[in-house]
Amino acid sequence: MKNLIAIVSMCASVAGGALADERTLTVYTYDSFVSEWGPGPQIESNFEQSCGCDLKFVAAGDGAAILSRLLLEGDRTSADVVLGLDTNLTAAAKASGLFAPHGLKPEGLTLPIEWDDEVFLPYDWGYFAFVYDATRLPEAPESFRELIDDYPDLSIVIQDPRSSTPGLGLLLWMKLVHGDEAASAWSALEPKIVTVTKGWSEAYSMFLEGEADMVLSYTTSPAYHAIAEGDISKRAAIFDEGNYLQVEVAGKIASSENGELADKFLSFMLSEGFQSVIPTTNWMYPAALARDSLPEGFAEIPEPDIALLFSDSEAESLRNDAIAEWRDALTR
Amino acid sequence: MARRANPLTSIAGAAAVAAVALVTLVPVASLWFNADRLLGRNAEFNLAAADIAALRFTLLQATLSAAISVGLAIPVARAIFRRRFWGRELLISVLGAPFLLPVIVAVIGLLAVWGRSGWISSALTMSGFERISIYGLSGVLLAHVFFNLPLATRMILQAWTRIPANHFRIAEQVGMTPRDVFRHLEIPMLRAVVPGAFLIIALICASSFAVVLALGGGPRATTLELAIYEAIRFEFNLGRAASLALLQFAMGGAIAIFVFAGNRDIGFGGGARVDFQRWRSKDKLPVAADILAIGLLFVLLGLPLVAILLDGAPKLATLPGEVWPALKNSILISLSSTAISIILGLALSARIATLSRLPARAVEVFSMLALSASPLVIGTGLFLLLRPFVNPFDMALPVTALVNSAMSLPLAVRILVPAQRRIIEVYGPLKESLGVRGWSGFRLVHWPALRSPAGFAAGIAAALSMGDLGVVALFAPPEFATLPLVVYRLIGAYRTDQATGAALLLVLASFALYYIFDRGGRLGRLA
Amino acid sequence: MDVSLDSLYLKTGAFELRANCLLASDTAYAIIGPSGEGKSTLLQAIAGFVRPSGGRVLIGGRDCTRIQPADRPTTILFQEHNLFPHLSVYENTALGIRPDLRLTSEQRNQAINVLNRVGLGGYENRLPGSLSGGQRQRAALARALLRARPVLLLDEPFAALGPGLRAEMLGLVSEIRAEHAITLIFVTHEPSDALKAADFTLMIGGGRVCRPVATKELFANPPPELKTYLGL
Repeated sequence: MKNLIAIVSMCASVAGGALADERTLTVYTYDSFVSEWGPGPQIESNFEQSCGCDLKFVAAGDGAAILSRLLLEGDRTSADVVLGLDTNLTAAAKASGLFAPHGLKPEGLTLPIEWDDEVFLPYDWGYFAFVYDATRLPEAPESFRELIDDYPDLSIVIQDPRSSTPGLGLLLWMKLVHGDEAASAWSALEPKIVTVTKGWSEAYSMFLEGEADMVLSYTTSPAYHAIAEGDISKRAAIFDEGNYLQVEVAGKIASSENGELADKFLSFMLSEGFQSVIPTTNWMYPAALARDSLPEGFAEIPEPDIALLFSDSEAESLRNDAIAEWRDALTR
Repeated sequence: MARRANPLTSIAGAAAVAAVALVTLVPVASLWFNADRLLGRNAEFNLAAADIAALRFTLLQATLSAAISVGLAIPVARAIFRRRFWGRELLISVLGAPFLLPVIVAVIGLLAVWGRSGWISSALTMSGFERISIYGLSGVLLAHVFFNLPLATRMILQAWTRIPANHFRIAEQVGMTPRDVFRHLEIPMLRAVVPGAFLIIALICASSFAVVLALGGGPRATTLELAIYEAIRFEFNLGRAASLALLQFAMGGAIAIFVFAGNRDIGFGGGARVDFQRWRSKDKLPVAADILAIGLLFVLLGLPLVAILLDGAPKLATLPGEVWPALKNSILISLSSTAISIILGLALSARIATLSRLPARAVEVFSMLALSASPLVIGTGLFLLLRPFVNPFDMALPVTALVNSAMSLPLAVRILVPAQRRIIEVYGPLKESLGVRGWSGFRLVHWPALRSPAGFAAGIAAALSMGDLGVVALFAPPEFATLPLVVYRLIGAYRTDQATGAALLLVLASFALYYIFDRGGRLGRLA
Repeated sequence: MDVSLDSLYLKTGAFELRANCLLASDTAYAIIGPSGEGKSTLLQAIAGFVRPSGGRVLIGGRDCTRIQPADRPTTILFQEHNLFPHLSVYENTALGIRPDLRLTSEQRNQAINVLNRVGLGGYENRLPGSLSGGQRQRAALARALLRARPVLLLDEPFAALGPGLRAEMLGLVSEIRAEHAITLIFVTHEPSDALKAADFTLMIGGGRVCRPVATKELFANPPPELKTYLGL
């Protein structure tokens, strides 16, 4: 019952806030962003200090769920800003026509690639990588070639590209590295794949339980174990061919009545009040924070020499065929 | 025989059918007619070759999972029925536990036992053997048996206790061997109860998805539910999702027709039952078989549960504050959906009991289709339907409660129908002659006979609703989390320790609810 | 065959019953007494379904206390559920010869004859559900006859029948009892049943079973507790 009351009072405060000229900015994002250990609470208070507004995060499941929710709502959405899509989803997001160009010329971006998207702005990023436990696996592969050809007893757990963003990331990574040979690369990798899970959570838990030697995750994952748990046994394998990037972005909704506030938020997103919160809450690299401002522990993360990423339109056009190729290779 | 339904039963029965439609046909229709909303794609019925492969695998794993679960449940239920041992009541109660575990927790528990570095593999490698790998169809089946063997056992055990005690006395008097008893008494009972249990489990397994992926070992193990997920979440193709959902219902309906063809419930006639105790056992063989069956139950069910308990217990102390309001929400949703489910279940089962065979079957099968409904299709469909009229956030509690209740309704109906039939058989004429109708009729005649099965059904409904995660996502405002949602969020933020603790809390809370309802129903039942 | 209840003590929960008496061979006994005093429990103890907390049950001089129901020289008919609903009348009856129903042709004829004897000729292939209450109990009686045990226990199998039919069934039982020199012990609520079919009557009440008294004598000079029970 209390929840209903909370909801009603929330709605009332929205209306009341409007009267008192305190605008509310609604930001759709993913679940873990708003949880008490995520970046949400701190960012909310940082932004509210300067904007004279009420920042409201709405959690809509995982990254893919945010976009499908937005598409379901269409231009009647109550979102002003959507935060948490990645570049594999932005082509579809743009095609919906629901987003407006951000109109900013971002400076000080620390992404390993050039950023020239007019609709979406990055707020953090990371490299996909196979993570392992050095106490269980003293020597790990240093390239896809080694992963596929050597280490006959190695086991890995990955995510399904049809239900998870890391899974889709790996699919595109394999495609980018192997091109037309991707199918045979998947076939050669197949004996090492213990299983393919629905999402990151299942795969990572299974890895921690010792079900596989390596799990598809991020180069920043070991930082969590090192900083939060004091456990330095977890490592991320850096591949000679390069590691695929995940760039998480935000964009503003065209039909928003709080356009000005949304612009303010996007600018804030690239400032220190937002960026400094990211590393130890979202466990990703902030998109616009100088290297030397990173917290201790982040600096030690080894970085790939080559950053790989398809453009969003390439990713969108490759997706279906790459999934079919992957499925055929693994079911043969 | 009194086969007239009173108007109240008819209205409530119709409401129950409407609730089922709300989670089956309505969302599909809603998706279909909103198909153009997403990226301008129009609805068309198209299935890819991969969908057919998914359909085949779904069918295979669902029927095998159900067959194994029910097949094992028969000796297990018989052992529990025949034996009196310490902890028997507790065991019967624990049989509700696996059903309510969030998938990820169950998978971790199973892997702690059966995984590549689990207990069994460790024991094997220490004794110089190869470790086992369960990934593939065997892993999927193992998990589904873990989830559903207890349910099958409870349903069959209940049927066992419905055999009149005098039948066992006569069997004993004429000197039947356990084999004769099985042939003359137990097989006819099983023929009445097994198809329903099989169907329910097959339908539950058909819409399983995360388990199938995690333990299936790769894209070979793919279900229709995954294709639905992909269509909604990544392809934004509602028309395709709708057609896949229809295919899923068609498959469920086909299994139902196949299972029920030629099957008939056997009435055992009226009369009070006595808790008959077989205190002698001439044969050593059945004793060994029963010990084996209960041992099997312990290995399949007990060990993973113990693993979860051992893993989570030390972490209960580290729980973040976020879990408490989430626990409250979960319990709130669970209690409301249980109430709705039981009210609708009582009404629908009463209505089904008054119908003749074919319409009764049709209504029951229709209600069962709710089990093979995709939570994502339900959530999306209802979201699209309600969105123009209300703020979905205001509806989080009622929608989730209603949807969860419709999902557990088929179980309630299956559990309650035999009791309802018996009431009509036994008390029908008496009730008619005394003119006991309406509320007092329900309170005086029906409720005492329905209490025990209704308690069991309520326990299952409460547990199911506690563990459910599917529908709430689209409707929940940011402050509104359920406990399973928190478990996933914690894992998503690397906090596996706290997640394990929260998962154990979820298990304990759901189990408590299940236990209270189930025990409440069985306490003070008629001797 | 005589039945001796030797300091028999039955107890379940708060219920208690003591019996100490000898029931003679080839004789009919009625057990009469208020509901809930343990008439059925006493019969079930004789048949072997209830384990005594003390004392012994001797049948034909043999201590049967720890013997399985199937191995006792007794047959019991219950008030209901005497037949398996999915087996035919013939099969239900034939269970009295072999529980696995593998009968020789001679045994089959024997079963048919007994069904004729109880008036169920031509009903062999019917299911119990399609029979009247009286016919069902006749089939159960036929099975008891085939078992041919010297002690027959009736736990009110005819209670649900009308007075005429009940008298008829009791007549049939009496005839059979005399033919086969059976010891008959039956539970009843009706003094008329006892007078018609029982040589002796045992009163049960207050947690104990009284010694058998000749039925005619008992009802001619009812003791105070019987008077109360009969409402005199």
